[in-house]
Amino acid sequence: MTIATRVLQRNLLVYRRTWRGSLFGSFMTPLLYLTAMGLGLGSLIATRGGAVLGGYDYLHFLGPGILAASCMQSAVFESTFPIMGKIMWRRNYEAMLATPLEVRHLLVGELLWIAFRVLSISSVFLVILTLFGIPRGPLALLAIPAAILTGLAFSAAVMGFAATQRNDAGFSWMFRFVVNPLFLFSGTFFPITRLPEPVQWVAAATPLYHGVSLVRGTILNDAAILSGWPLHVAYLLVFFGVAAAIAHRLLRRRLVN
Amino acid sequence: MPPSLSEVLVHARRLTKRFGTFTAVDAVDFDVRTGEAFGFLGPNGAGKTSTMKMIACSSPITEGDLTVIGMDPRAQAPQIKAHLGVVPKTDNLDAELTVRENLEMYARYFDIPNEVARRRTDELLEFVQLAERADDQVDPLSGGMKRRLTLARALVNDPEFLILDEPTTGLDPQARHLLWERLYRLKQRGATLIITTHYMDEAEQLCDRLVVMDKAKIVAEGSPRELIERYSTREVLELRFPDGRPGLDGRLDGLAERVEELPDRVLLYTADGEGTLETIHARDIHIDSALVRRATLEDVFLRLTGRSLVE
Repeated sequence: MTIATRVLQRNLLVYRRTWRGSLFGSFMTPLLYLTAMGLGLGSLIATRGGAVLGGYDYLHFLGPGILAASCMQSAVFESTFPIMGKIMWRRNYEAMLATPLEVRHLLVGELLWIAFRVLSISSVFLVILTLFGIPRGPLALLAIPAAILTGLAFSAAVMGFAATQRNDAGFSWMFRFVVNPLFLFSGTFFPITRLPEPVQWVAAATPLYHGVSLVRGTILNDAAILSGWPLHVAYLLVFFGVAAAIAHRLLRRRLVN
Repeated sequence: MPPSLSEVLVHARRLTKRFGTFTAVDAVDFDVRTGEAFGFLGPNGAGKTSTMKMIACSSPITEGDLTVIGMDPRAQAPQIKAHLGVVPKTDNLDAELTVRENLEMYARYFDIPNEVARRRTDELLEFVQLAERADDQVDPLSGGMKRRLTLARALVNDPEFLILDEPTTGLDPQARHLLWERLYRLKQRGATLIITTHYMDEAEQLCDRLVVMDKAKIVAEGSPRELIERYSTREVLELRFPDGRPGLDGRLDGLAERVEELPDRVLLYTADGEGTLETIHARDIHIDSALVRRATLEDVFLRLTGRSLVE
């Protein structure tokens, strides 16, 4: 399986030329959200926040949620156009599959790349959150593996979806009707307990909700938020495992015929 | 004399590929021996590429037996792929990497150590005359350069044989000849080549032995010379007539082994073109122009696969 790391190595080789812009983006996203929503919008809801937000300022409640949601978005994006390009536009996978690499190596290599991307994005994010004084203690470092697990769960599912698509129209549909609703309703901006109960159940079934809970709990060092952590971790692991197995089947069907 | 097993690189018996109900390759038999250049000729859709993909282990076999360098593609695909080089029909170079990186990275997919990969990259860039473009991006390269880079990439693992799917389609004459010359050099060094093409001159230039495929089956096999001898005459006399061909009926009978009437001209397949032309003049048949030429593989090809357009 070490040969799968060559796929990661190839992406890093390309990244060597583009990392500056990408890193700048990783800094800008949290800064913009935290300033506009955390400080700006947060000042309006500060008075009512209190109990509903678990006693936190809106800025402190929001910061970890945005970290998890941004990592999900990046992982999803990296699993759409770049993967489709390698399948059908630039046909990198066709070239790679003429070597001893097999489809499972491609999948594992790309997932390693996603893990690396989420690692760098969440690390930058954590630095920014620290500048805003949000993390409470070293437990916050565990937000990084939590974000990686969340990113991988989404990435595996989206790579499988990408393997079934003949053009990129499906992606805009997916962003509009899946990714954006998740971003809005998975506890990123407000606790899902504010939603009607049936909607709460839907929200709790999505991987992002579990990711947000783990990231927020670790960054805020909050035992109450973390109380369900084994369930959250187990849910994300199972989701990731099943999605990766399905993605492998779908990629094989698409690439080997 | 049947070749011994160690000499046979690719051994196919009743090899079949189906996509749903469509049969792309229908129970074909062939052997490719070490050191030969073996061609698959045929019109588009004849099943050449599907056959190549099965040999290259990138397409599963539906039915039949296939052995590639003594191994079974169904069970040992990665091991087989480690020993072969593929030049696909359409270039699939890595557009996000430079010329040099394309080769070095590809070598890494074969698990070739870094130092070896760098050395081979230098050698191969020299071989395909791209050393000066080593640090350029791939996209601005000309079609011929991309093709040569693809050839270099296929050689990066020092393969036992090369699979080339329409290697010169779409190239200008200069680029084609340069690529042929490199392939010929590889052949001289003892490389085994498997080539598909629908260019007859390419097949005559490069192939020691070839099979003609049509409608998923192999319809003929032999060296270019054997095929011409078997399916054509030594020479072809091409005649053009004024205003169509008034009153021709039957007057060319018996002049040639085979007469083929085309909309714009008449082809007479004969051992002696000049002699036949003299007879025509002697019979006072009025012609516009006449051309005597040697029979080519193209005559064989058209005879075997027909003149109707395949689309």
